[in-house]
Amino acid sequence: MHPHTDPPAALAHTDRMPRVLLVEDDPAVRKGVELALRHQGHHVSAAASGEEGLGLLASCRPDVVVLDLMLPGIGGLDVCRRIREHDQVPIIIVTARGDDIDVVVGLEAGADDYVVKPVRARVLEARIRAVLRRMGPGPTTGRPRAEAHGELTIDRSGLVVTLRGEPIALAPSELRLLLTLSASPGQVLSRQQLLEAVWEHGYHGDVRLVDACVKRLRGKLGELSGDPRYIETVRGFGYRFRSA
Amino acid sequence: MRAALARARLALVGLRSRLVVAFALVAVASALSTGALAFREARTGVLQQSQDAVIKQFRDNVDALAPGIPADPSQEELDGLVSQVARTHQSQGWHVLATYGGLRASSLSQGAFDLLTPELRRSVGTRPNAVFQRVSDHGYPMLVVGLPVAYRTSPGLPPALSGVVLYLEVAQSTEQAYVKAIITAIEHAALWALGPAVLLALLAARGVLRPVRALRRATRQMAEGHLDVRLAVRGSDELADLSRSFNDTAAELERSVTELRRLEAQARRFVADVSHELRTPLAAMSAVTDVLDEELPSLDRETADAVGLVSEETGRLIRLVDDLMEISRFDAGAVRLHLDEIDLAESVRRTLASRGWQHRVETRLPAPGTLRAQVDPRRLDVVVANLVGNALRHGAPPVTVRLGGPEGRPEGAWVVIEVADSGPGIAAAALPHIFERFYKADTTRTRSESSGLGLAITAENVRLHGGRLRVENRVGAGAVFTVELPLRRHSPVAAADGPAGGRS
Repeated sequence: MHPHTDPPAALAHTDRMPRVLLVEDDPAVRKGVELALRHQGHHVSAAASGEEGLGLLASCRPDVVVLDLMLPGIGGLDVCRRIREHDQVPIIIVTARGDDIDVVVGLEAGADDYVVKPVRARVLEARIRAVLRRMGPGPTTGRPRAEAHGELTIDRSGLVVTLRGEPIALAPSELRLLLTLSASPGQVLSRQQLLEAVWEHGYHGDVRLVDACVKRLRGKLGELSGDPRYIETVRGFGYRFRSA
Repeated sequence: MRAALARARLALVGLRSRLVVAFALVAVASALSTGALAFREARTGVLQQSQDAVIKQFRDNVDALAPGIPADPSQEELDGLVSQVARTHQSQGWHVLATYGGLRASSLSQGAFDLLTPELRRSVGTRPNAVFQRVSDHGYPMLVVGLPVAYRTSPGLPPALSGVVLYLEVAQSTEQAYVKAIITAIEHAALWALGPAVLLALLAARGVLRPVRALRRATRQMAEGHLDVRLAVRGSDELADLSRSFNDTAAELERSVTELRRLEAQARRFVADVSHELRTPLAAMSAVTDVLDEELPSLDRETADAVGLVSEETGRLIRLVDDLMEISRFDAGAVRLHLDEIDLAESVRRTLASRGWQHRVETRLPAPGTLRAQVDPRRLDVVVANLVGNALRHGAPPVTVRLGGPEGRPEGAWVVIEVADSGPGIAAAALPHIFERFYKADTTRTRSESSGLGLAITAENVRLHGGRLRVENRVGAGAVFTVELPLRRHSPVAAADGPAGGRS
């Protein structure tokens, strides 16, 4: 059930070292994180500002962006939004402890996950691995290649989602969330279950990850806030995918 | 009920009723004393006047008849004299008695004349003047007059007594009626005075009570924390003085409290700022401690020890700063609950499992799905983890976690989480301080894994949930920490909306 039980398959889509773009203004922190990630076998490009990071995005084509929110010049939240305008690369934001609002805004701006400063290399590494696994194919269900749910079609092995024939660009968390929910239509999944299945967080992870991602996904599926067609909120329990 | 009784009591012994009673008493007393004095004067005047008139009439009558009285009158002549006087004043109810030596003639058939006292008879014999006495006949005032008949022998000489004495007995009922009318008038006056007195008392009470009430209201508001409350000072009496000194006190208090709050906020900001500043260097250090840890086996022993120490202590420092920042967020009131309805037994199980404690702790949990409540799952995780961690570190095994409820209480349903160890318990002196920041119950172990803020953070988290946290030493066991949380749930309708098989 859990994708992370099979790490080699998770990185199957890429045969090279994972490339990380690190955007962090403090030189010591930047150097420390760069060192730690290199040590773990990542290829790291480091940027000292948002502008530099956005510039590096095209040239180094990272597999994942690690983005500090407290940046001089263009703030981290803006960098996040600008990346999302044309790119669905996984983004992990780095926030200060207690900056609750930044977490929510960052997640709604399209970030896939967040870590709190000061973060241990092992924790960041685990989050990077988890977010990369979200790009891989989901659990096989023995269903036909592409399932149709009304105007929505989901291709589980090709990882393509179309709405009225048009492909939708989904960030890795959004895609994995949709795959997880639609794997068992009509069944309620609690936010804790989704946290574990999609984000590989523990039971006591931050459920705001789920809520923000559902919000983004609904937006991309063209669902009005008052009357969701595919992803239904079950108050007090969680979310449910409606096939009809 | 008690409040109503107290109000009723206040209404009885309150300033207003006391003022009313005092004013009424003063009004009645002054009306009565004035009345009494006036009554005495008036009564004396009325009686004096009427008796003077009676005596004058009597004397004129007798004087007119005196020349006709022989020097040595007989019984018949005395009778004639008496009947003549009595007849003239029949309408006035005169009873007349004439004596001459042993002879007596009375206008009353019985001739009783028992109101005539011996003193009067004696004094009549000594002087040529009229003598009178007021006596009471069965409660009716009577006037008795004695008049000796005298002859004026020649001008310039004192008149000589003839030995004939005429007595008059007359009721003073008209005068009595006057006196009664006066008394009634005084009574009425007292009653009429009572009304204005009560009215005045109420007015005076209002004048006094208004500032007193304002003062009471202001003190209450101040007790509720409104230190900016001030009284409007009117006039320059003692009450105005009191209001003024209240205002001064309030202003002084507000100044001190504001200053204290400013200092406290400054101290809190300082802690928050320091923690914040520590975070950036710590972020760089914490990023590389894992690199150091991984390289340990390849280092020589001394270097490995040194590097291991740096790595370990960096971890401790990070935990301490994390906890400090958490505490300063609690102090700043910046912490909000993110409520989610979860299975509490599952939550406790996961808390233990994620820290590898599931085999070190005995649990008594309700069946899955039977106890759901709205909590902040991450904060509940911190609460349970801190309490169990504390029990594992400072208590002795076995450590038990019991989850119970919901328990019905007057204030609603509650959930109880109990974490108990089997150690010696907590010293009695330490019990009241156990949730204080950096409090170390165990002085022999000044350095431990925890930051010293764990239980304080636990208490804040429980408080944020509207719950209670307490600790006690159980007889025959160790310390028992009890968390009580109010059971919050979504409405049953919304909960029933989802199928029970949510967990796959």
